[in-house]
Amino acid sequence: MMYGFHWDTSTPWAFALSILPILGIGLVVTIEATILGFVISLILGLGLALLRRARTRWIAWPSAVVIEFIRDTPLLVQLYFLYYVLPKYGILLPAFLTGALALGIQYSAYMSEVYRAGLDAVPHGQIEAATALNLSPTRLYCDIIIPQAIPRIIPAMGNYLVSMIKDTPVLSVVTVLEMLGLARIIGDRTFRYLIPLTLVGAIFLVLTMAATAAIRRLERALPKTGIQMR
Amino acid sequence: MTQTTRTDQSPPIIRFSDVTKRFGSLTVLDHFDFEVAQGEKVALIGPSGSGKSTVLRILMTLEPVQSGQIELDGLAYYQPGGHGKFQASPRHLHDIRTRVGMVFQSFNLFPHMNVLRNLTEAPVTVLGLSKEEARTRALDLLEMVGLADKAAAFPAQLSGGQQQRVAIARALAMRPRVLLFDEPTSALDPERVGEVLGVIRDLAQEHDLTMLLVTHEMRFAQEVSDRVCFFDKGRIVEQGPPGELMISPREARTREFLGIDA
Amino acid sequence: MSWLGLMPPLLAGAKVTVELTVVSTVLGGLLAFAAGIARASGGRVARGIAVVYIEIFRGTSLLVQLFWLYYALPLIGPSIGAVTTGILALSLNIGAYAAEVVRGAILAVSRQQREAAIALNFNPRQTLYRIILPQALPEMMPPLGNFAVQNLKDTSLVSMITIADLTYQAQNLRNLTLDSVPIYTLTLLLYFAMALVMMAVMRTIEARVKIGGAARPMRA
Repeated sequence: MMYGFHWDTSTPWAFALSILPILGIGLVVTIEATILGFVISLILGLGLALLRRARTRWIAWPSAVVIEFIRDTPLLVQLYFLYYVLPKYGILLPAFLTGALALGIQYSAYMSEVYRAGLDAVPHGQIEAATALNLSPTRLYCDIIIPQAIPRIIPAMGNYLVSMIKDTPVLSVVTVLEMLGLARIIGDRTFRYLIPLTLVGAIFLVLTMAATAAIRRLERALPKTGIQMR
Repeated sequence: MTQTTRTDQSPPIIRFSDVTKRFGSLTVLDHFDFEVAQGEKVALIGPSGSGKSTVLRILMTLEPVQSGQIELDGLAYYQPGGHGKFQASPRHLHDIRTRVGMVFQSFNLFPHMNVLRNLTEAPVTVLGLSKEEARTRALDLLEMVGLADKAAAFPAQLSGGQQQRVAIARALAMRPRVLLFDEPTSALDPERVGEVLGVIRDLAQEHDLTMLLVTHEMRFAQEVSDRVCFFDKGRIVEQGPPGELMISPREARTREFLGIDA
Repeated sequence: MSWLGLMPPLLAGAKVTVELTVVSTVLGGLLAFAAGIARASGGRVARGIAVVYIEIFRGTSLLVQLFWLYYALPLIGPSIGAVTTGILALSLNIGAYAAEVVRGAILAVSRQQREAAIALNFNPRQTLYRIILPQALPEMMPPLGNFAVQNLKDTSLVSMITIADLTYQAQNLRNLTLDSVPIYTLTLLLYFAMALVMMAVMRTIEARVKIGGAARPMRA
């Protein structure tokens, strides 16, 4: 029994149906972790992107190295690092937050690249025209650059969102009870692994297909030249 | 310019019978009939979209047709009970393709192979020639098109005119009975057009190869062909010896296209 | 334990990581070509199998695939050791992603090249291997290089099925000494170093495949 739900191992179908609610709760955790991790990565990624574009080499270069370092090291090890090292410095976070933070950090490196590519893709002539019209930097960013960068950025970010969904099971190693963690526990207790693991796989498949479809819809809804401003 | 008499005994090497070709809802050829005699050089002229390139592409088995039959050198393209897009077995398509070759508007040389390899790859792989035989044949052909010194070069290093001449040599290396030219000079700078037309002109005189030439070079069409066909909206509006059709065409549409006042 | 004292077990783990990465990248590459070609230009059955394979392994989480092969496969099929399971999972996973890159590159080769091949009477197989693939190869290399590095990172997951790779060794050491900071810092640095080496290797392969602006030149 878990979360108040009993599983029924009499027949495969009964078993599958009885553990669905449990996996459902795990699904909620998966989604929560993804959303939180995604938001963190958006914010941190923006920070990293701006640091990397800094005028002085002393800031830009180390930022580039940090970004590369995060990109090229495994999420699992970064997670272990945060989980075991942070408490040593007095930062005690629940496992879920540590996990979301790890996701956020790992993906912030990818996001910084997305921001950079999106901003670079805005034709330079636009910036020159805006300068000639004497627009302030704030106006320049808010009205000219960002609205045009967004259609290019959204598909890439969408793909990373789907990718992050598939990375959430890593959190199970630090006792976060998302879907895979629950499936393993059920398997450990009933010695029946096939159905729980297959179900989790199927749920992921549905989840990623739904997310991908939603992103395609969003892509199509955005005009190619940028958010229209009235 | 050779004069083939249309009264000779041999059957036409190409025959289109009641062919209808559609692209989606657009009918490009409608109950189209057409014959070409062996060794004949035919120029196909007409406005864009009139169907002349489509005729070549159908012959080269690049496009299927919705109805009708095409015969080449006695082989019927469509077989009853055939399968696939072309209603013919791959073996049958292979047989057809040994008889016909094509020179494309955009040359389509293989960029990852040097000139000599472009010429020898198909003879070795498809015809089963030995490497030496293919090489000899290739070098002779390069000599003929005036590019013997470029055998080791890669297509990217050649001008458009040179690439097209290599493309012609490549097609000839397969010894087709019918050679199709789909606007061979349309993608070339004006100064390069002459060298390619020269090669085609030589080809027309020396070999009894059957040639179909889609072109916008009117003077050239007149010079080289035995018969000119004027296409418009998927039909042959008028055809005849170039001396007649190009100078004093009978149909109003032909006159309009050629810019000849009534 | 001093930082230096941690190195031997970590390096032993790193060696295993490298071996896993190389084997699974090569196998994954083979799978990628098989599935990518099948999906791009195969018959209906081959294409169907390729699509199912690609969509399943791209659409589900690698860790789930790993555990499924480790726990569930023995129940309905053969029982293979942990290392084989790990390599299998990694290869299948990266093969599915790379297959799409292969497919995209094949489809990107212009239609005119295919028409030229038809005009010269090459059969579909000859066209694919002599004309299309040599031109598709340079296009594939950059993304495939990225996937190879991703694969290196993914090998860390096999520590969860008791394969003694770098991450496993790190966990082991941590359980022994509770000396988390140096252990994980060193581990991260080792992965970073391996990744940099791998990227350099992939870049030289890219350069060799792309001579003269086209695929490896074929001379007669």
